Amino acid sequence: MSTLSYAAADSLTMLRRNLKHQLRYPSLTLMLVGMPIVFLLLFVYVFGGMLGTGLGALSGGRAAYVQYVTPGIVLMTIAGAVQGTAISVAMDMTEGIVARFRTMNIARASVLSAHVYGTIVQTVAGVAVVLGLAVLIGFRPHTGTLGWLALAGVVALTTLALGWLTVALGVSAKSVETASNTPMPLMLLPFLSSAFVPTDSMPTVMRWFAEYQPFTPVTETIRGLLLGTPVGHEWIAALAWCAGLTLVGYLLTKRVYDRKAVGYR
Amino acid sequence: MTTTRTPAISITGLRKSFGDKVVLDGVDLAVPEGTIFSLLGPNGAGKTTTVHILSTLLPFDAGDIRVAGRDVRREPDAVRAAIGVTGQFAAVDRFLTGEENLLLMARLHHLGRGEGRRRAGELLERFDLTDAARKPLATYSGGMRRKLDLAMGLMGRPSVVFLDEPTTGLDPRSRRTMWDIVRDLVAAGVTIFLTTQDLEEADELADRIAVLDHGTVIADGTPDELKRLVPGGHISVRFADVAELDAAARALGAVSRDDEALTLQVRSEGDLRSLRALLDRMDAAAVEPEGLQVHTPDLDDVFLAFTGRTDNEKELVR
Repeated sequence: MSTLSYAAADSLTMLRRNLKHQLRYPSLTLMLVGMPIVFLLLFVYVFGGMLGTGLGALSGGRAAYVQYVTPGIVLMTIAGAVQGTAISVAMDMTEGIVARFRTMNIARASVLSAHVYGTIVQTVAGVAVVLGLAVLIGFRPHTGTLGWLALAGVVALTTLALGWLTVALGVSAKSVETASNTPMPLMLLPFLSSAFVPTDSMPTVMRWFAEYQPFTPVTETIRGLLLGTPVGHEWIAALAWCAGLTLVGYLLTKRVYDRKAVGYR
Repeated sequence: MTTTRTPAISITGLRKSFGDKVVLDGVDLAVPEGTIFSLLGPNGAGKTTTVHILSTLLPFDAGDIRVAGRDVRREPDAVRAAIGVTGQFAAVDRFLTGEENLLLMARLHHLGRGEGRRRAGELLERFDLTDAARKPLATYSGGMRRKLDLAMGLMGRPSVVFLDEPTTGLDPRSRRTMWDIVRDLVAAGVTIFLTTQDLEEADELADRIAVLDHGTVIADGTPDELKRLVPGGHISVRFADVAELDAAARALGAVSRDDEALTLQVRSEGDLRSLRALLDRMDAAAVEPEGLQVHTPDLDDVFLAFTGRTDNEKELVR
């Protein structure tokens, strides 16, 4: 086998290890998938009647708001899942097993990239559950096979970007507690985007921020794909953000991981 | 197998500091293939740092290091492919079972599925872990975890194995088991680099011992050579009162006395003959000891011999 296929085999081995951890100790995963469900129900049934009317759609009310907010909840599912990535990376770094991996002739980044791939598996499954529930409470997607595939791609790429970013946070964290706090802003950013309300309704400064932060183009792309409405140029901005964040997260991770010479502290 | 006796590990002029703190200050060592080498020293002497550097976990400031014929700095992956490491803290995945841990190692060594299962089964059998193979690690004792840890390090058939204080915190029986495993490994041609705080362990296992103190090697030789340099042990005899102590001191010409503890320290190899001779002399002088303790040479004596202080004193001075 070549170096590249060894690297792929090692990442796959580490991914199996991560998925096994997730299945054996599912409480963190369940909590992270449960959270967007709570948000969905909260926003549709508590705020939805009012917010839907505010959207100005003809049908108005709750039914219109389910259509509007579901793509935003998809984004929340991703933002929630990557919180867990930071925690599980930080936990791994405190274990002797990572020190052992580093004394072995294996693809060096595989233990960390497996966390990202594991999170992608988790978000794709989580998004499926969330969308299923959304349909049950009245969401109606208008999308074809290609649209679904594109959606899965966008979800995967967004998770890749935010995943590497949170792996960087997890590797840098001094403790597991720190790692569970530092990615919190990622949970806040969807609220300051077009995920829950259109950016037009915000005051000028906030609207400017909302329009230029990465979560808005990603939300708009997901919205377009789910509802079958035109995506426009938003998908280019979304992909550019994903590529940029992935690169920054990966380089940051590599730098910290190489410097942190010994696995356990 | 090479025909020339190239050292499995050679270290020249190794230096390492953490910030201002010099941890290793010019260490030179050579370990021939197929032997057990023991690095002996108290906590903080730099033993673990040395193991971390040799096993490519830590960069170092100066020096040349070759492990299994490969340069640690230039060919770390080649070194990694040749070594197995067992640390002070068991480096196992506690969310997996013992068997799963071994299969994880098998896959990372790119062994085939069947080969991996076979090796895992062999190692479980050899380390007496077969019954616990499918149980979660939470149910493992300290000794079992340590054995699994070592088994994981052996999956890739390493030619050099690092054991960082492998028996610290183990009960005497597990300790004996670990020693037997180490002897078997060397019999199979593996080179062992062992760190320990325990003179008895080094004496039991090692072909050569180096004593590390404050980042420098202060003594280096076979266990017998070192023991010849270390004065033998002593017998400590306790008496009921000062009068008895005085009488005994006159009769025995003891090396040192402690009036507060009412004890005398008499130099002795601690064997039966010298013990009997000591009792006879006390009988002849009609002194009756309250109790006695035989003290065999330990790490403290080694330090006393080479540095003029004991490890305990050093802690106090700090």
